[in-house]
Amino acid sequence: MSITAKHVTKQFGNFTALTDVNLEVPTGTLMALLGPSGSGKTTLLRIVAGLENPDAGVILHHDEDVTERSPKERNVGFVFQHYALFRHMSVFENIAFGMRVRRRPKDEITNRVHELLNLVRLEGLHKRYPSQLSGGQRQRVALARALAVQPRVLLLDEPFGALDAKVRMELRQWLRRLHEEIHLTTVFVTHDQEEAFEVADRVVVMNHGRVEQAGTPQEVFDHPANAFVMDFLGNVNVFHGRVHDGKVMLGNLEVAYPHESRADSQDVKGYVRPHELDVNREPADGAGVPGRIVQINPTGSVAKVRVMSEDFGLAMNVDLPLERYGELQLAVGEIVYVAPRRVRFFPPDDYVI
Amino acid sequence: MQVETQWLKPQQPGRRVQQEPALLRWSLIAAAVAVISVLVIVPVVSILVQAFAKGWSVYWRSLADADTVHAIKLTLFVAPIAVIANVIFGIAAAWAVTRFRFPGRTLLTTIIDLPFAVSPVVAGLMITLLFSRRGYFGPWLLEHGIQILFSWPAIILATAFVTFPFVARELIPIMDALGSDEETAAVSLGASGWQMFWRVTVPNIKWGLLYGVILCSARAIGEFGAVYVVSGHIHGQTTTVPVRINQLYEDYNNAGAFTVASVLTLFALVTLGIKVVLERKTRQELEEAHSETT
Amino acid sequence: MSIANRRILPGFRLSLSFALTYLAVLILVPLAACFVKASTLTWTQFWTVVSTPRVRDAYVVTFGTSIMAAAADLVLGLLIAWVMVRYEFPLKRFFDSLIDLPFALPTAVAGLVYSALYAKNGWFGQYLFPLGIEAVNTRLAIVLVLTFIGLPFVVRTVEPVLESLEAELEEAAACLGATRWQTFTRVIFPPLVPALITGFALSVARGIGEYGSVIFVSGNKRFMAAFPDVKSTEIAPVLIVERLDAHEYAEATAVAVVLLLTSFVLLGVINHLERRSQRHAG
Repeated sequence: MSITAKHVTKQFGNFTALTDVNLEVPTGTLMALLGPSGSGKTTLLRIVAGLENPDAGVILHHDEDVTERSPKERNVGFVFQHYALFRHMSVFENIAFGMRVRRRPKDEITNRVHELLNLVRLEGLHKRYPSQLSGGQRQRVALARALAVQPRVLLLDEPFGALDAKVRMELRQWLRRLHEEIHLTTVFVTHDQEEAFEVADRVVVMNHGRVEQAGTPQEVFDHPANAFVMDFLGNVNVFHGRVHDGKVMLGNLEVAYPHESRADSQDVKGYVRPHELDVNREPADGAGVPGRIVQINPTGSVAKVRVMSEDFGLAMNVDLPLERYGELQLAVGEIVYVAPRRVRFFPPDDYVI
Repeated sequence: MQVETQWLKPQQPGRRVQQEPALLRWSLIAAAVAVISVLVIVPVVSILVQAFAKGWSVYWRSLADADTVHAIKLTLFVAPIAVIANVIFGIAAAWAVTRFRFPGRTLLTTIIDLPFAVSPVVAGLMITLLFSRRGYFGPWLLEHGIQILFSWPAIILATAFVTFPFVARELIPIMDALGSDEETAAVSLGASGWQMFWRVTVPNIKWGLLYGVILCSARAIGEFGAVYVVSGHIHGQTTTVPVRINQLYEDYNNAGAFTVASVLTLFALVTLGIKVVLERKTRQELEEAHSETT
Repeated sequence: MSIANRRILPGFRLSLSFALTYLAVLILVPLAACFVKASTLTWTQFWTVVSTPRVRDAYVVTFGTSIMAAAADLVLGLLIAWVMVRYEFPLKRFFDSLIDLPFALPTAVAGLVYSALYAKNGWFGQYLFPLGIEAVNTRLAIVLVLTFIGLPFVVRTVEPVLESLEAELEEAAACLGATRWQTFTRVIFPPLVPALITGFALSVARGIGEYGSVIFVSGNKRFMAAFPDVKSTEIAPVLIVERLDAHEYAEATAVAVVLLLTSFVLLGVINHLERRSQRHAG
C-alpha cells in the first residue's frame, strides 16, 4: 500500500518540527528518511503512524485520507528505537499480543507466532523474557511483533540505533533480504547515510523540518540537490572563490560556473568530495592547489591524505586509490599539487556549512 | 539521534494515543481530589477550626495548662536525643553499607527496616520486659538507683526504637547513587578521615540527611503507642504531647485536646512543606552528580 | 570496590562497630527479650493464651480491619497515583504533597479528629448517621482511620513504577490494535502488580501494629460471649497494653509474638518482591 503525506506541518511549542512536508512512498518500496538530529524525520514517521497529529496537512494510505484515524484503525506496524517490548511477557506473548487483543483463535496465534519466529530466526527462544535477550534479538522480536498483525505498512524508527556496529551491519542486510521476501511498504528513519544507502530503494533527505531531496540512493549521492545534502552524505572539501565572467578561480585553477551569478565577482563555494581530488608532484596542466602533506593514513581501500593549503588556509582531505598512492610514494612534509576532477557549485542559498 | 529523542520526549503534547477521553480523565481527577479531600484535607481543617473555635484567648489558656506545658517540654527534651542518636547511627550504617562489602551486608540492610514491622505497642512491651521491676535488667538497675521504666530514659529508648530506620533508609540510596569517587579522591589527596567526612561526604548528602532528620523528628514527636506503654502516662510527669492529647480526650476536654492537636498538626504541615523543598534539592543534587559523571 | 576500598577509605571499623553495637542494644536485645519471654511459656500455655475467645476475637478485628483498610488503600492509592503521574490539573502539587500527611501527622491526632468528624454531630457524621453509617466506635471506624494511615504507602510505591513505564509501550500496544482498556489491563497493569502488593503489605503491616489512632475511634468494645451480636472493636495491641498494666508479661508477650511474626512475614514478602523486581528490570 502506498503512503502519501501532503503539506504536513507540525509545531511543538516554539519548535517547528515539520514545515509543509510532502512525501510519496510507492507500494512495495523500502524507503529511508535520512537526516540529522532534530530534522523532523521521527515526527514525520509518527504522524504517518497516527501517533502524532499534524497541525496541518493530510496523510493518505492508498488514496484514502487517514489523517483523523487512530493507529489502531490505520493498521501500521511500528518498530521503536528502544524496542518497547512488554517486559512482563515472554517472546511468544509479545509477538502474539496484536492477535490476542483482536481475539484470534488460539491455534491460529500459535501457528502465526512460530511462523514469525522462523522469519526472524528466533526459533526456540519463545519462552524467554525480553531481559534475557541481546539487543539484536530484542529488535527482531519487536519486528516480528509488528508483522504479526499483518500490517499494510511497516514503520521503523531508528531500528538499529541502539545496537553496536557489528550487529547493526548484520541486521541491515537481514532487513533488506526480509523486504525482498515480503515486499511490504516500509519506511525507516535513520541518521546514518551509509545505512540508508545500503538498505533503501529510495532515500528522503530531511533537514530542519523540510525535505531537502528525494530519490534513489544513486541519484541523491551523485546529484545532490544542494550544499546540505552534499555535505550530509559524506566528507566534502569546500573551496571559496569568486565568479568572474561565468568562471571561478580557485587558486590558480579555473572552473566554469554553471549558474547565473547575481553580480560579477560574487563569492561562491565549490564542493569537492575527497575521492574527486587527485594529487600530483608537479602542477598538472599548470593547474592545481599547492600544499604540504600533513598526514597520510592508508586504510582498507584508499589512502587518506591531508594536504594543508596556505592559499586557502584549509586542510584538504584526499582519498587516493591505493595503487595511485603506491605509484606516488608520498611522504609527510612533501609539497604537492591537488587538482579536483570535479567541482560542484550550488545556487546560492541560505545554507551555511 | 539520542539528543533528538531526549528533548522530544518531555514535550509530547501529542500524547493523543495514550490519553483517555476528557470526560473520563476529569472524572478520575475529581475522584482522586475527592479522596484526598475527605481523608486528609477536611480532617486537617477541622482540627484547626475546632482548636480556634473559641478564640485566641481560650486557645492560649488551653496551651498554658501546666500539664500540657510539661508535656511539650518533655517532648522537646526526648525527641531531639532520640533523633541525634539515630542520625549518628544512620550515617555510620550508611557509610559501612554503601562504601564497603562485608559478609552480612544485605542482612544488615534488612535488619535496619525491622522496627517498621514492629508495632509500637510491642516495642513498648519489649522495653518493659527488659526494665520493669520483674524484667531482665530492671531489678539490678533499680538496686543501683537507676529508674528507666516510667521515666524519661524509657521514653527515649522507645522513641529511638520506633524512629530507628528513618535516617539510614534515607541516606543509603543517596550515598549509593553518589558513589565513592569523590571521597577516594579526597583521601588520595591527603585528607584525614574526618576532613574527608566533613568536607566531602557531609556537603554531598546534606539535603538527604536533613530530609531524614525531618522525617525522624516528625515521627519522634508524634510517637504514641510505644511511649504510652513505657511511660506509665503519669500526669504532669511522663506524658509527652501525643499522650497528653489522649488524656485530655479521656477527660472529655475536647477543646483542650484539639488545641494541643493543632500544634502537632501545624508542625506536620511545616514538615510537609520542608519535605517538598528538600525532595527537590536532593533530586537536583543527584542529577548534578550524574551529569558530572556522564 | 570491596576489599580494596577498605584500604583506601577510612572508617570501616568505626562505622560498622558503632552501627552494630547501636543496633544490638536498641533493637536486637529487646527483640531477643521478647522471644526469650515467649519461650518461657510451654506450647500449651502459649496456645491457651492466644486461643481464648477474647484474644481470638481481637486478632480477627486487628487483621480484618487492617486487610480491609489496605484493600481500600490499594484501590484509592492506585487511583491517586495514576492521576498524579498521568494528568495535569490545577493545584496538583498541593494535593500531591498532602498525600504524605499521614506520615507526618501523629496518629493520636488522626484518631482524635476522625472520632470527631464521624461522631453523630460531627461534620461527616451528621450526614452519615441518618443513612445508618456509623463510623465511630465500630469496626468501620477502625478501617477508616487505618485507610488514612496506610494511604501513602500504596501511592508512593506505585508512583515511581507508573512513571518508569515508557510512553512507547502504550504506543506499541495502540499500533498493534489494542483498545485503551486492553492497553491498561495487559500492558500497564501487570508491571504495577509487584508495587501494588508491596504497598498493600506495607499498609497491612502498619495497620496491624497501629494503636494510637485506633483507641480514639474504636470505643474499645470488648468481646463478650453473652452478647455475640455485638461487634467488638478491641484490637490486639489494646489487649497487650491491658495485660502489661496487669503485670501479666508472659501473656502480653504471647499475644505480641503473633503480631510480630505476621509483620516479619510481610516484611519478608516485601523484601523478596523488591529484589525480584530489581532483577527483572534489566
